[in-house]
Amino acid sequence: MRELAIFITVTNTSPSLSWNLFDDIASLFHYEFMVHAFQAGTIVAIVAGAIGYFVVLRASAFAAHALSHIGFAGATGAVVLGISPVFGLLAFTLASGVTIGALGNRLRGRDVTIGIVLAWTLGLGVLFISLYRGYATEAYALLFGEILGISATDVAITLVAGVVTVGALIAVYRPLLFSSVDDDLASAKGVPVTALSIVFMAILAVAVTEAVQVVGVLLIFALIVTPAAIAVRFTSRPMVAIVTGIGLALAFTWAGLTIAYYSPHPVSFFITSLAFAVYVAVRLSEPIRRRIDVRWALSSTTAG
Amino acid sequence: MTDPAIIARDLTASYGARAIWSAGTFMIPSGSFTAILGPNGAGKSTLIRMILGQLPPAAGGLEVLGRPPRRGNSDIGYVPQRTVFDPELSIRGRDFVGLAVDGHRWGMRLTGRTKAAADTSASIDAVGARDYADRPLGSLSGGEQQRLLLAQALVGQPRLLLMDEPLSHLDVRNQGAMVQLITDVARERRLTVLLIAHDVNPLLPHIDLVLYVANGRLAIGRPQDIITSQRLTEIYSSPVEVLTDSRGRLFVVGLEEEVSHPHA
Repeated sequence: MRELAIFITVTNTSPSLSWNLFDDIASLFHYEFMVHAFQAGTIVAIVAGAIGYFVVLRASAFAAHALSHIGFAGATGAVVLGISPVFGLLAFTLASGVTIGALGNRLRGRDVTIGIVLAWTLGLGVLFISLYRGYATEAYALLFGEILGISATDVAITLVAGVVTVGALIAVYRPLLFSSVDDDLASAKGVPVTALSIVFMAILAVAVTEAVQVVGVLLIFALIVTPAAIAVRFTSRPMVAIVTGIGLALAFTWAGLTIAYYSPHPVSFFITSLAFAVYVAVRLSEPIRRRIDVRWALSSTTAG
Repeated sequence: MTDPAIIARDLTASYGARAIWSAGTFMIPSGSFTAILGPNGAGKSTLIRMILGQLPPAAGGLEVLGRPPRRGNSDIGYVPQRTVFDPELSIRGRDFVGLAVDGHRWGMRLTGRTKAAADTSASIDAVGARDYADRPLGSLSGGEQQRLLLAQALVGQPRLLLMDEPLSHLDVRNQGAMVQLITDVARERRLTVLLIAHDVNPLLPHIDLVLYVANGRLAIGRPQDIITSQRLTEIYSSPVEVLTDSRGRLFVVGLEEEVSHPHA
């Protein structure tokens, strides 16, 4: 966290944009912390974009959001105990993810139950913060992300976690898609739907833990849910939606990092704002796009 | 003479200690069309789940296509009970039908893409859903969704088709079209069909048998034999009257929850 303070002072010297694109890119990667930020951001965007499709398809956005908040208590608790917040974060998100997964999609009032647990764990988080004096920076980093404070070791850990999550997603791809669309039918076909629901939430827990480094627990939606939510408005082909989601998450992360580098404002603000702006633009343009589609369909039928 | 599709002997269903129904003895001939009728909560879906191998019999014997029931039996096509898909569900009808081909397998589809695509298309064509198969499932009408649900059930050439209330959320015109489609497809492919319904009337011209699940028991018979005031009074152990209107539609009167609307 001391590193973070140093990086903040570094960024405060505010590099300025020149008209030479190559110079600008070279200057972007001049500092090691920016290289690490781009590396971690890229890994996280790929993972978040991929799992986001399933989060949207399974209508589990609230569960994803809740995981990160519950993880906050774990992270602050870990700091009080003197261990790395990542471990606390992972332990809490995994435990809550597996529990939510075991409850299954069908349980009525699942979101209410999750919300109640979430409120309590956030309360725990506040207690842990107060127990650890001089903790404000660290709490701030957890809540809003600390991508500019990522070390080479962090990048390596993120890479391993990223490979594991994407690998796991590929391994369960078809049955997960099947059970996300129709639980009942998948189960009749022999898909272990409850086990799959637990596995999915466990993968999500690891993905959330990774993403917290970039955007923090409060802003996780911007990377996991928003890109996928935009993608499914354009395509109903699963693989195309996943690839589009990954592309959008990458674009938001890279653009956010670049803009933040040349400005005094936080990276998380730019990533979340870009995601929000694109989502709003897509929703607002829908009536127009529909009209174009109709006109196109009409002209093609009359032509044929 | 082919073997019966389903044989049940003294079959009992229960969730934990609570018995749903018991002493179910019946035989479903191969290639027949059976309507499963009975009040809500009587255990109609329970019977389907048992045939699918998702719920073991509490007692008695059950044979499905000559063997004990087992989960993931590819000889069974299944249309689960549902209202409609979430309107926001963004997956093409074609991808949904494709999940019936190999959605139960781990990993991604790497080999056999061409065959999977051909099987999917054949199923979609068989139910006449080609025109809207590439649109998002959630954006389709109830009738279109039911056709695609039937299409996925037909993937892999099953011999037995189980449908849980495929007509419930359709209007009268769509109900008629759907029943005709099911009948045609079943005849062409020599399928045995078991279909849960609330209203027997759209099914009457097509079905061979009616299986009643009511009052903790199962009763089977030809429609004209079983949908009578006398038989239903026996089955329900309470006075039931079957009325026929001028168009030959049957109305069952006397069951507490279905007093005023068509049912049998």
